[in-house]
Amino acid sequence: MTLRKIKEFFIEKLILLCGLASIFFVLLIFIFLLKEGVSVLKSVSLGKFLFGSKWYPISDPPQLGILPLILGSLLVTFGAAVISIPIGVGCAVYIAEVAPAKLKEILKAGIELLAAIPSVVLGFIGMVTLVPWVKNIFHLPTGLTALSGSIMLAFMAMPTIVSIAEDALYSVPKSYKEGALALGATQWQAIWRVMLPAASSGILAAVMLGIGRVIGETMAVMMITGNAAVLPHSILQPVRTLTATIAAEMGEAVVGSEHYFALFAIGIVLFIISFGINVTADIFLHKRK
Amino acid sequence: MVIPHTNANIKIEITNLDIWFDSTQAVKNLNLKIYANEILSIIGPSNSGKTTFLRMLNRLNELDSNFKISGIVKMDRKDITKMDIELLRKQVGMVFALPLPLPLSIFDNIAYGARMHGIKNKQKLAQIVEQALQKAYLWEEVKDRLSTSAFKLSGGQQQRLCIARTLAVEPEVILFDEPCSGLDPISTAKVEEAMLKLKKDYTIVLVTNNVKQAARVGDRTAFFLNGDLVEIDTTDKIFTTPSDQRTNDYISGKFG
Amino acid sequence: MIMNSKKSQKIAFFLLLLATLLIVVPVGLIVVIIIQKGIGAISWQFLTDIPRKGMREGGIFPAIVGTVYLVTGAIIFALPVGLLAAIYLSEYAKDNFVTRMIKLAIVNLAGVPSVVYGLFGLAIFVIFFKFGTSILAGSLTLGIMILPVIITTSREALESVPYSFREASLSLGASKWQTIRHIVLPNAIPGIITGTILGIGRAAGETAPILFTVAAFYLPLLPKGVFDQAMALPYHLYVISTQVPNVDENIRYGTALVLLFLVLFMNLIAIIIRYKFRKQKKW
Repeated sequence: MTLRKIKEFFIEKLILLCGLASIFFVLLIFIFLLKEGVSVLKSVSLGKFLFGSKWYPISDPPQLGILPLILGSLLVTFGAAVISIPIGVGCAVYIAEVAPAKLKEILKAGIELLAAIPSVVLGFIGMVTLVPWVKNIFHLPTGLTALSGSIMLAFMAMPTIVSIAEDALYSVPKSYKEGALALGATQWQAIWRVMLPAASSGILAAVMLGIGRVIGETMAVMMITGNAAVLPHSILQPVRTLTATIAAEMGEAVVGSEHYFALFAIGIVLFIISFGINVTADIFLHKRK
Repeated sequence: MVIPHTNANIKIEITNLDIWFDSTQAVKNLNLKIYANEILSIIGPSNSGKTTFLRMLNRLNELDSNFKISGIVKMDRKDITKMDIELLRKQVGMVFALPLPLPLSIFDNIAYGARMHGIKNKQKLAQIVEQALQKAYLWEEVKDRLSTSAFKLSGGQQQRLCIARTLAVEPEVILFDEPCSGLDPISTAKVEEAMLKLKKDYTIVLVTNNVKQAARVGDRTAFFLNGDLVEIDTTDKIFTTPSDQRTNDYISGKFG
Repeated sequence: MIMNSKKSQKIAFFLLLLATLLIVVPVGLIVVIIIQKGIGAISWQFLTDIPRKGMREGGIFPAIVGTVYLVTGAIIFALPVGLLAAIYLSEYAKDNFVTRMIKLAIVNLAGVPSVVYGLFGLAIFVIFFKFGTSILAGSLTLGIMILPVIITTSREALESVPYSFREASLSLGASKWQTIRHIVLPNAIPGIITGTILGIGRAAGETAPILFTVAAFYLPLLPKGVFDQAMALPYHLYVISTQVPNVDENIRYGTALVLLFLVLFMNLIAIIIRYKFRKQKKW
């Protein structure tokens, strides 16, 4: 065996190792989350943890029910979804089917730019513009509300929705549209009746991934939804999301305390949610093929 | 002139070869001997298995997924599936249907194979490049622009570049897979001329859709149909008095 | 009836345009506002001075330096691993279960919430490996986070090299690795660079992963080694917006501007490289 062949053997083994690295890291993340988070069950049962409505982790004894946080996340996410789905899909359709070619490139660049803006910057801007605006319009004691969060998060979800939905529309075979047009349909009818249904699983995946991004968002939420870990009654009050809880409280939690374990347990919940969303979206993305 | 064919100068021997792609059988129970320093033309309609067979000889079909073989292919009495694959491909070169220059300069294209096999000496490489380009009848046309991109050459020149590139690694067998399909008649004539001169030093297997080319160039001709070797004989015989009616029909253009 | 459908098309297209404007216009506004209100704070002093008076005055130099260190560290880890993983997927992987799992894992890594990465980094690098809150812990956490970006863009770059080149190389007797090293990789470099720059942009802007792994509230002295804590731009912006009262509005906007500029600049370069590469393809 020549020297070159020995070298190549090791290089190719290294390549294989790196190829498997992603699987390794996903498992590693899950294991470490589990390692710390599962200890929370020493203090509270799984049912009370997930559905308990009181989150007072620093009281004695600590109350570790994350229902307010789950509902907070859900409320903000739902609001963001309601805003971002129609606008995002509409924008995707516009870019894919209606916009003239030159405008297309500019729009796509604009959307990419939005996607690149760091969430802390959006949180900051939300704090100084959106929050006071919400406070004034709705005559609230504070503008730090779920609604503010939803609006900002919608902005963060839309680039994802737009680009994946646009890809989905782009990969519908041209013959579908041409067939409809040849039968006398207007362009809009061709889009509405043929293109959108054909791209539906891709669009669904786009929406799911957009929502996934929203659920996982931390900084912007932390800065504009207020930080009241209570069961939300309306969208015009401060809430606390799962993500913001971890970010805000980990600094104070003593390593090895029940609070510490509870925060990791929240991490597990988030990990499982995002895992579920990503796997499902992936299935939808590949369904077309 | 046809060199007498004896068992002593069999270059490649194929015994009971079957090749499957997914679930279709592309080559069926092939038995064939290829003699040293001959030009063997292989003709047949598309999907007759001739390219699949050709790509077996340098094991290039291992790049394609889902293929299976059974049977034995021997070169110089050694089973090629047990040989070091890089050595095999050095000894059995291939020229493809569309010219495939690498994204390198003309010089680097020719020198590529030699460099990969370990030759680093600049003078040796320059010598190899010149000799190869001479043998491919391309030297005069490119000797002043060896460092320009190979993509700047015309189609015919690119194909001769590919021949030179193959020659530079000093093969013993050269496989031509429909090498003139994208070329104009003048370039085609140049490639055929090169093939005839190369026969002296190399064994050549030519797969072609152009029946007349097979007649011009081949010492022997084989006719493939649907994965079977229908008939193989001297070119003269195949084109004047073929034994099989199907051969006759194909050559006279009744199908294909 | 034709008139009706033309009419509904007009309405529909108008709504679509509206949707698009609803996204694009606010983006423009955000950028404009930040530039307008932040540009006043930008000065050489701002960029090179340390924060003073409880961060109400002075500059953001340590945060800039910290961000540079963190991003560099992240790339040092993510680029080799990500590139080799991309090579595996593009050149070696067969169409089987393991490959499907790898792709799924990449999609998942891309979707893990950034705060969960922070937890992970805390648990494994800060505590388990005992690196403490350090640049090392932060860089590794960020590195794993941007791995999917690097892998995906590198893989696309590799796969865009025409298959015929590989065939030609192999038919000359070159080995698979030789083909990759001499033919495939060199021609995929622009795409790989694009991906790396996008990864840099992402790593520079993230706050949650560095919250518990490296970020220091106030550290006027620059970090000296990988085991030191560091300040970072995104965290600094968060701190002066929410944790420190009465910070001059100028300074806040200025910090946001620097961060925004850094990230957008990276993305712009990536887009330009990608565009130039497409025009210039030799084949």
